Amino acid sequence: MINITVLTFYILSAVLLSSAVMVVTARNTVYGVLFLILGFFNAAGLFILAHAEFLSMILVVVYVGAVAVLFLFVVMMLNVELGQLRESIKSYSLIGGLVGGILGLELVGMMAIWSTSPEAFDLTSAPFANYGNVSNTQALGNLLYTHYALVFQGAGLILLIAMIGAIVLTLRQREGVKKQSLGDQIGRQAKESVRLVDIPSGSGI
Amino acid sequence: MAISLDHYLIVAALLFTIGGVGIFLNRRNVIVILMSIELMLLAVSINFVAFSYYLGDLVGQVFTIFVLTVAAAEAAIGLAILLVYFRNRGDIYVDDITMLKG
Repeated sequence: MINITVLTFYILSAVLLSSAVMVVTARNTVYGVLFLILGFFNAAGLFILAHAEFLSMILVVVYVGAVAVLFLFVVMMLNVELGQLRESIKSYSLIGGLVGGILGLELVGMMAIWSTSPEAFDLTSAPFANYGNVSNTQALGNLLYTHYALVFQGAGLILLIAMIGAIVLTLRQREGVKKQSLGDQIGRQAKESVRLVDIPSGSGI
Repeated sequence: MAISLDHYLIVAALLFTIGGVGIFLNRRNVIVILMSIELMLLAVSINFVAFSYYLGDLVGQVFTIFVLTVAAAEAAIGLAILLVYFRNRGDIYVDDITMLKG
């Protein structure tokens, strides 16, 4: 008897993994980004199954709403030709398959002989039991703004640096563009701009 | 029959492997390489969340937030570098990036 949770888990994982495969092998990068978005939605579903509701929503907002759309913008802006891509897949598929096969075998093989240590449950630093009567979001907030406040500030700093870095990298001064020079406009004095000329009557300047 | 931690770990391991293979398969297209890195980070996040759930510890979810932060920053910077490279070269083939050695 297979219940609905397990069925949902299998469907979500199957769609997640197959869309990941499509991301990697898609000939058209735009399709790759769209499959990436599909994969993120399914990962959000997996997070809900693991009772991480806040993270699930954050995954949709941050990954789908920001990162994937950023990818989509860049892919459309760059307009990369696709002809050379397939040849690349052909020439690297041997080494890629080899490395991937070894990595996958090792990871899955490790799962086969792996088990949770009984002491692990006593070593948890923020047990769910302490946050039993509040929602997942509130519990995360309680933890994030107290014990992890400094690290949280650090995360904000990383985002600030990334923002400044991205702006500095992509800013460019273009020649021959007519635009306002605010410094010159504000620094202008009345006596430099206005010239009083005494014109004798009956003649021009 | 219920979902165990192993189920999540195997999904995350396969996702991580797919991301790793993607880096090898798409050596010419940096955008797909960046997307593969996002997939690998997602696999790590799934591991964090699964362990958080099964050990009953909230810290795993806190760390997933930080992983998300770093992933967003990395994507922004990576794509900005890519844009500058494309402006200078007119393509984004990784194989030719060695010309930066001068």
